[in-house]
Order: sequence, then structure tokens, then C-alpha cells
Amino acid sequence: MKINPPRLIILLSLLLLVIAFLSLFIGAADIPARDILSALFGTSDTATEIIVLELRLPRVLLGILAGASLGLSGAALQGLLRNPLADPGVIGVSASAGLGAVIAIYFGLSSVFPLSIQIMSMTGALLATMILSFISSRDSSVLTLILAGIGISSLATAAIALTMNFSPNPMSLQDMIMWLLGSLENRTMADITLAGPFIIGGWLIMAGVGQGLDASSLGEDTAQTLGINLKRLRMKVIVGSAISVGATVSVCGAIGFVGLVVPHMVRSLIGHAPGRLLVPSALLGAILLTIADLITRIPVGHGQLRLGVVTAFVGSPLFLYIIYKTRGTMR
Amino acid sequence: MTLEARNIHVTLKNNAILKGVSLSVPKGKLIGLIGPNGAGKSTLLRAILGLVTPQCGSIVLDGEELSDWTLKERAKKISYAAQGAPVHWPLDVRHIISLGRIPHLDPWQKVSGMDEHLIHQAMIKTDTLHLIDRLVTTLSGGERACVMLARAIVSMADYLCADEPIASLDPYHQLQVMDILQELAKEGHGVLIVLHDLSLAQRYCDELVLMHQGEILSFGDVETVLTPENLDKAYHIRASRWQENGDSFLSPWKISGRPRH
Repeated sequence: MKINPPRLIILLSLLLLVIAFLSLFIGAADIPARDILSALFGTSDTATEIIVLELRLPRVLLGILAGASLGLSGAALQGLLRNPLADPGVIGVSASAGLGAVIAIYFGLSSVFPLSIQIMSMTGALLATMILSFISSRDSSVLTLILAGIGISSLATAAIALTMNFSPNPMSLQDMIMWLLGSLENRTMADITLAGPFIIGGWLIMAGVGQGLDASSLGEDTAQTLGINLKRLRMKVIVGSAISVGATVSVCGAIGFVGLVVPHMVRSLIGHAPGRLLVPSALLGAILLTIADLITRIPVGHGQLRLGVVTAFVGSPLFLYIIYKTRGTMR
Repeated sequence: MTLEARNIHVTLKNNAILKGVSLSVPKGKLIGLIGPNGAGKSTLLRAILGLVTPQCGSIVLDGEELSDWTLKERAKKISYAAQGAPVHWPLDVRHIISLGRIPHLDPWQKVSGMDEHLIHQAMIKTDTLHLIDRLVTTLSGGERACVMLARAIVSMADYLCADEPIASLDPYHQLQVMDILQELAKEGHGVLIVLHDLSLAQRYCDELVLMHQGEILSFGDVETVLTPENLDKAYHIRASRWQENGDSFLSPWKISGRPRH
């Protein structure tokens, strides 16, 4: 507890701006910072404008949307489930989105229609969301929700394995694996137009859940006697995070660890109150993912580093460090 | 102005937990809800709070059915201190107590100067001011109970329901918590508590409600309820009784029979 939350939000926003600009700046073509700015304001030559606005900007924007969704959903789910181990993967939406994508690759749909992988993936995520919201509308406990999420997740993972098992050729198998490892490469404005509304819609559904999550830290009974409508709270968090994470995974692939780690990092700065974690977690998620995407541009061997691999490698040591530092406070 | 349960029936998974229970909590009274384990005390409390919906009967708050009140309006009227005072995150004491103001805040609203003032008052009343910056995980059981009580009273609700507020506390904190509850009743709140300590129930409560197997065996003032016959029937115990300086005392002494299962 060293920083007060509003100050942290300002600090993280500035940091995000700087890193986002850095991400626009770094790429195959050398473009001076001044030209990047003028391209953003539409006063540059066409070539620079195409590189900045059509190649680099979608990647940066998508990274921010994706990272923020993962961070926000992680914080909201940990608060709702009152479990520091929860992350967007726990509700089964990531795996279901992955399944949709893998099926699309299996049938080679992307050669028929360019955005088919994304659309199939989003369909998978929405199906999982519908199952989850059906379960949570039945007045079930948070434990039931976690278990249902794990069930959905395992089933989707099994179906992914099955699809890979029967993949028609090594090329499509490789495509599947690469897709599942996550990436922001070669994303276009079409990806943002497709996923953006769902991602932001998910955030809006989650708006205002902070107070309910704070109250839930006293237990569900007490939260209800404080005037919190638990059913609505559960619905908002589950559906909101499922939609935004589902849309994220559908365009970026599976990106692990951001949703789990970010809330812990924020906790070490401003304490454990779940409501306060939401906005800083979204910002820090965006920052981390943008940094991870910068790291993927470092040439390594003859392959390309995948985003999901980097987030896990950056995330897990940080996670271990934080857990070690705060081992006394979590009881 | 009362908080009333009228002919409440609750059946959970084919077990009749409450079989037509009625009780009334007037403002200004400390009511003790007593009875052996499994008699239905906690379920009755949960029904009164709207956490369990009775199959039959009604809860009436200040003359209107509880189901006609919105969750938020209920929360302004009735506060609740849960059994065991659960807190799932290591929050600081100030924050925990401020959560008690939620019924009076909009979803985006932060605590204001007025709320801060009430929080301060509640902390004085419960003697928790010195704990204000501590994390709840570092508190002793007694300190934690007082903090949760402060959280419950800071909403300024007319009625307070507490489920075993003194369970597993040392004698000092048992007396401290009972003093606070009695003080609240004297200030005009209606206080309903589930208790197992018959000595303290006798010493502090204005009225007692004795439950036995989902029904009310006896209710009224302390002498009416804590008779040897009632204790034998409900608890299967005999109590030792004595007088000192004009006050009556009671202490559970001996098993008098075996509970029927």
C-alpha cells in the first residue's frame, strides 16, 4: 500500500501512452518519431501513413484492447470468485474460443472467407458464455461457477486435441499451434472492427461492479444484506469478461497469464480491495501486453517469438516474485 | 415499529427447518434467539434478512412485507453481522468498516465527509479506532468481532441481526460485544442476536426466544423462558442458579437426558 489509486491510474495511463508510442516507433522500417506523429494526425506522405496507420496502429490498438480486457477480467473474476487463482481461463471462454479457431483452421475456412477464424472463435466464446450465464442465472454458488468453467474448459481443450489429432496435414497442424500461442502480428483494422465492439461492450457490462465486488469480500450473505443484487453482479462479471476475453482470444489467440498476474501486481501497489483493482488492472494489462508484443519483435533463431509464450515467460517469474513478497498477507 | 416474522415455514431439501415460527423485534429491545444446535435459529435469522425465502409466512418490516422493499431499502433498515465474521481479502480495517455505508451510496459513489464521520463514531462506539490502519488478517478474534460489529452498525440501520456475535471470544470481548449490543438497543435500535451462552443471555437480553426443533418453545422475558422445564426439554440440561446482590445468575450444570434423534 504505497500509492493511492487515482495517482496510480494517472501514472499507468501515462506509461501506457509512452509504451504505445514506442511500439508504433519500433518496426522493420525506420520512421522518425516526428513522422509517426504527423502520420497519426494525417499530415504525412502516403507510404509512411500506410505503414503507421495500417500496419502498426492496429497492432498497438489491439494489444491495448486485449491486454486491458485480460487485466480487467482477471481482476473482476478474482474479486467475484474471491479466489486469487482465478483468471479468464478459469471460466472456459479462452479454450472455447480456441476451439472455434482450431475448427476453422481444420476445415480451411480462412481460404473461403478471410475473417472466418475470428468469427468461428468468437462463436465458440459466445457459446461458452451462454452456458455459463445459464448456470449463473440458476442461483448457483461461485464454487459451482468455477467448477462449471473448469468443465467447459476441459471439454474444449479435449476437443482442440481431437481436432489436432485428426488435422488433415502438418501445415494446418502448425497453423493451429501457432494460432493457439497467440500473436498480434499482421492484424488489420478489420480485426479491430470485428472484435472491438465486443471487447468494449464487455467492459461496459462490467462497469460499476466495483462496489458489489468490495461488498462480496465480506461473503455473499453480507453482500446481499448490504443491498447488492448478487445474481446481477455475477451475471455482469461473467458475461462481461466472457464477451471481452472471447473477442480478444478470437483475434489475438490464447494469451495466458496476463489476467492472472496483473491483479496481483496491482494489489502489491494499492492493497486488496477488489473494486479498486479494476481500472489499474486494465491499464497494467494493456501495458504488459504491449511490452510483450515489443519483445516478440526481437529476432530469435529462425522463428518468431509468439505473444502467449512471452507473456507466460514475463508473467510467471513476476508472479513468483510477488507471491514470495506478499506470502504473509494472504491467509 | 417492528421487524416481525409471521408464521414462517422453511423447508430445505425436504427437511422442515422452520415449522410456523413467529417472532417480533421491536425497536429499543435486545432480543436473544436461543436454542440447541440445529433448532433453526440461523435459518430464522436468514429468513428475516431475506436470504432464505420461506415457503409460507411473511416477514414484515415496519408494517410492510419485506418482499415489497428493494434490496437497497432493506439494507438501510436492517444490518447483519454474519457468523464467524468472514473477510476474504486482507483488507484494512478502515475499508472494511466503510463497506457498511454501501446501502447509502450509489455504485460509483465514494464515502463522503458525512460517511467518514459516521465511520469514526462507529469506531469509537466499538473501541476500534486504534486498529484503523491494520489489516484484518492481523487482528485477534476479539478485535475482528468488534470491527465487524462496527461495520454492521455504521449503516445506521434501525435493526441489527447478529449470528453468534460472541462465539469463540474471550470473556472480556464477550462482555464488550454484549455491552455494545445493549447500548445499541438502549439508543433505540431493535437488536436480534443468536446466542449459545445462557448466562449472558440472561444477563443482557430484554427478551428471549427459545427455539426447539424448528418451533418456538417459549418466548418472553428471561424468567419466563429460562425455566428448568424449558432447559430440560430444549437442551436436555439442568442449570445451576443463584442470586447475588439482587441479580439472578444461571450456569449450565449437568446433562439431564439425551437428545432424541
